[in-house]
Amino acid sequence: MSTRTLISPAQLARPRGKAVYWTVFTLVVTGFTLVFLGPLYWMISSGFKDSQEVIRTPPTLVPESFTPDNYARAWEVMDLSTLLLNTLYYAFGALAFQLILDVAAAYSLSRLRPVLGKAILGMMLATLMIPATVLVVPQYLTVLDVPVVERNLLNTPWVIWLPSVANAFNIFLLKRFFDSVPGELLDAAAMDGASPLRTLWSIVLPISRPILAVVSIFAVVGIWKDFLWPMLTLPDPAKQTLNVGIYSLSSGVPVNVLIAALTIASLPTLLLFLVFQRNIMSGLTAGGLKG
Amino acid sequence: MPVSGLTTRTADPARRQAPPHQAVPPSGGERFARGLRRNLTAHGFLIGAVLCFAVFSWYPMIREFLLAFQKTEGGEVSWTGLDNLTTVVDDPAFWQAWRNTLLFTVLALLFGFVVPFVAAIVINEFHHAQGYLRLLVYLPVMLPPVASVLLFKYLYDPGYGLLNEVLRFLHLPEQQWLQDAALSMPSVVAAATWMNMGGAALVHLAALQGIPGELYEAAELDGAGLFRKIWHVTIPQTRLILSLMLLMQIIATMQVFVEPFLLTGGAGPQGSTTTVVHLIYQYAFNFNNYGAAAALGLLLLVLLAGFSAAYVRLGRADDR
Repeated sequence: MSTRTLISPAQLARPRGKAVYWTVFTLVVTGFTLVFLGPLYWMISSGFKDSQEVIRTPPTLVPESFTPDNYARAWEVMDLSTLLLNTLYYAFGALAFQLILDVAAAYSLSRLRPVLGKAILGMMLATLMIPATVLVVPQYLTVLDVPVVERNLLNTPWVIWLPSVANAFNIFLLKRFFDSVPGELLDAAAMDGASPLRTLWSIVLPISRPILAVVSIFAVVGIWKDFLWPMLTLPDPAKQTLNVGIYSLSSGVPVNVLIAALTIASLPTLLLFLVFQRNIMSGLTAGGLKG
Repeated sequence: MPVSGLTTRTADPARRQAPPHQAVPPSGGERFARGLRRNLTAHGFLIGAVLCFAVFSWYPMIREFLLAFQKTEGGEVSWTGLDNLTTVVDDPAFWQAWRNTLLFTVLALLFGFVVPFVAAIVINEFHHAQGYLRLLVYLPVMLPPVASVLLFKYLYDPGYGLLNEVLRFLHLPEQQWLQDAALSMPSVVAAATWMNMGGAALVHLAALQGIPGELYEAAELDGAGLFRKIWHVTIPQTRLILSLMLLMQIIATMQVFVEPFLLTGGAGPQGSTTTVVHLIYQYAFNFNNYGAAAALGLLLLVLLAGFSAAYVRLGRADDR
């Protein structure tokens, strides 16, 4: 980093400055590692301990009774493969619906500007003002008996997919990005006789990759992390998500097996994070400021 | 593939061959037809999302207001005026839930707002390992909450938990982290902060990196020390983002539910971790009293609407 920060370079260059810098640096790096990686290490390593060792006091730092079998047992006893597949199905289904419907809507609001478009956008953004947890009760009653079509969506993937589309934050991020696409580019496409869909597909979407990546990652992570809504709307154990399934079985399995299950449940999003760090962090600062 | 499904549904092959803009000014009828067609296309793009918003956001919003003043008995819906509100307010758990929620919010802001800000200021000074530290603080945010919370339950265990082990090692008295009514809420806050502070820390960090370095140089020429530089440069320069984050965190923490629900079963020892949203949950899903749940939700909504409005106003200022 070359930009000037709080402490001047001259001050840092002095022996005292250097000593203070390295002391604070070591303390912070050690502290952060302990606080943030420590629990994760504890989770992964405890998953390898046998049922005696995992509750032993004083505990062991490195598992003595190396039992990788816990992971296999967790996988089987808690039926993690079903839970994992369910969660993937919900997450990627929700992603597809959000990408198609929210991108189309944001594009329409940004570029096609239909009659009442402003009012619709306003009503969408207004939902950001309503605390999400307050809406859970009426939303639950709604999915029990969806108006007009009169369907009960409980225990179906629709109960996860469709409400996830009603995400004003997606609309906001996408619309803001589409607004910044140069108008000449779109005019040129229109002159060549491209339909709005063609323009969206061949011109707008290719330049929107960064924002699409952000929206996609947050869509998947959002479903992966959600707890209350899937707990209420997917009561059938065969349809549950990882979060809810592990929670509902958590009191019935030995501690070491449970911890192994937690590790397995954490791996996919951790991997996703390590791979897409850059996108996630940029999305956070792009979106984080504007909730 | 749903993508191609949509393509075939909304693309009108005839429109693709539509002639480009004509140089001749179109007649009134033609202009009307074109406008109509343009609007139909635009609304075609909108309709999917609008339907989802209508069914799963707007309609439930209206229903929340209606439910708060209705009661349902044996399938019969009737208006009850303010009965639901009085039921909720007369509940002995009402004030306790608000006190707990407020306590959670205050503690969570102390840990989850002040700590990340200070951490961001320190990290921003580092010339090494910034990427590593950034990665570390955000790592827990990516974990499924059930995994983090159950892990904390294991760490908090009074018998074999790691935290009491550390206390024993330091010859300090062991604690009943989640079972002690006085300690349960702070324990929940600590876990929640660990899980969630990454986002705030990274946003703070990004804000700090936007401060022009000349301002610090100018402050030094005026003889400002470290703390005066923070007070007169860092904080004013990041004030807008700090306020936005503060409001957002207040709105989020006032709605706390998952962490206490998973750590202490929601209520906790002597109701010490019952939060407002947990009370809403109980009314709706344990007692099937949707009216009371909606009435309490409405109170929370009204309270948070103030913060939301402030947020929107500040956010607009940020746009300019």
